[in-house]
Amino acid sequence: MNERFIILVEKYFDNVLSAEEKNEFEHLLNSNPELKNEFEEQKKIKEVLNKMKLRNPSRDVWDSYWMGVYNKIERGLAWIAISIGALIFFGYASFEAVNAFINDTTTPPLVKVGIGILIFGVLILIFSLLREKIFTHKRDNYKEIQR
Amino acid sequence: MITEKYREPSISKKKKREFEVLVKNNMKRAYFSALGLLGSHDSAMDISQEAFIRAYRNFNKYDPKRKFFTWYYKILKNLCLNFIRDNKSRKEENYLEYKINVSSDNPEKEVEQRELIDLLYKTISELNVDEREILVLREFEDYSYSEISEMLNIPEGTVMSRLYYARKKLYDKMKRKLL
Repeated sequence: MNERFIILVEKYFDNVLSAEEKNEFEHLLNSNPELKNEFEEQKKIKEVLNKMKLRNPSRDVWDSYWMGVYNKIERGLAWIAISIGALIFFGYASFEAVNAFINDTTTPPLVKVGIGILIFGVLILIFSLLREKIFTHKRDNYKEIQR
Repeated sequence: MITEKYREPSISKKKKREFEVLVKNNMKRAYFSALGLLGSHDSAMDISQEAFIRAYRNFNKYDPKRKFFTWYYKILKNLCLNFIRDNKSRKEENYLEYKINVSSDNPEKEVEQRELIDLLYKTISELNVDEREILVLREFEDYSYSEISEMLNIPEGTVMSRLYYARKKLYDKMKRKLL
């Protein structure tokens, strides 16, 4: 399709054709029946589109819109605070638990080794899952546009 | 005694007020842009609100010399694309209506209008995201070519040709359905 013709059609719909462009456009339409046909099709579909609009939701939606955004922002901040607190708490608790477990003389060494291997396995699993997630993110087609 | 600091909400009042004004000034076009892409009221609400939250969190990256909505629209579009990618079997609902409705004392005309709305909505749903987006922005949201060019980061000529071909495809598809 003639790029110039497309620009002229769009300018025609936008009502911004200059006198010179108007002449050029009319000349194109009169000299090329295929372009004239294309233009008629564009006019028809434009007519249909001009009659429509996107459905407006009820007024309540707009009245509560900002509060919805604000509540989510506030809750997001709350979750960050909870996560940091939980991380510090559980980090410290884990450290203390491991310390107590290692220093515990009543637990047989074999049980200690078993639990140690179990924890090691869980850590590998968590590491593997995290790596997979990061790897998927790196290969994500929309990575650049997620912000 | 409780100090002023402890009585303050998580977000400072000044920052909240500024952002509230931005949200209220842009919420309608944000919602309608998302609605045009996602085709569902609930999804459009969720995604447009989520985009405002992301905008809030990344507000330090916003250049005040530029229009807020142009910057916000990029976040919104990316969230919409992610949503479309992750929810391939999502349900859409008819989100179109007539600008001027025919009075209910003309049932024939009313049925005709309803059929045309359904046909148009279904056909638009079959277009790809880029075509849908440009049609929504220009035909339903009335953005100028230069505004669309800025929002989509493409030259005005590309906006015009993308729009032209989107309308052409829409016309061809509707014509085929009517035959």
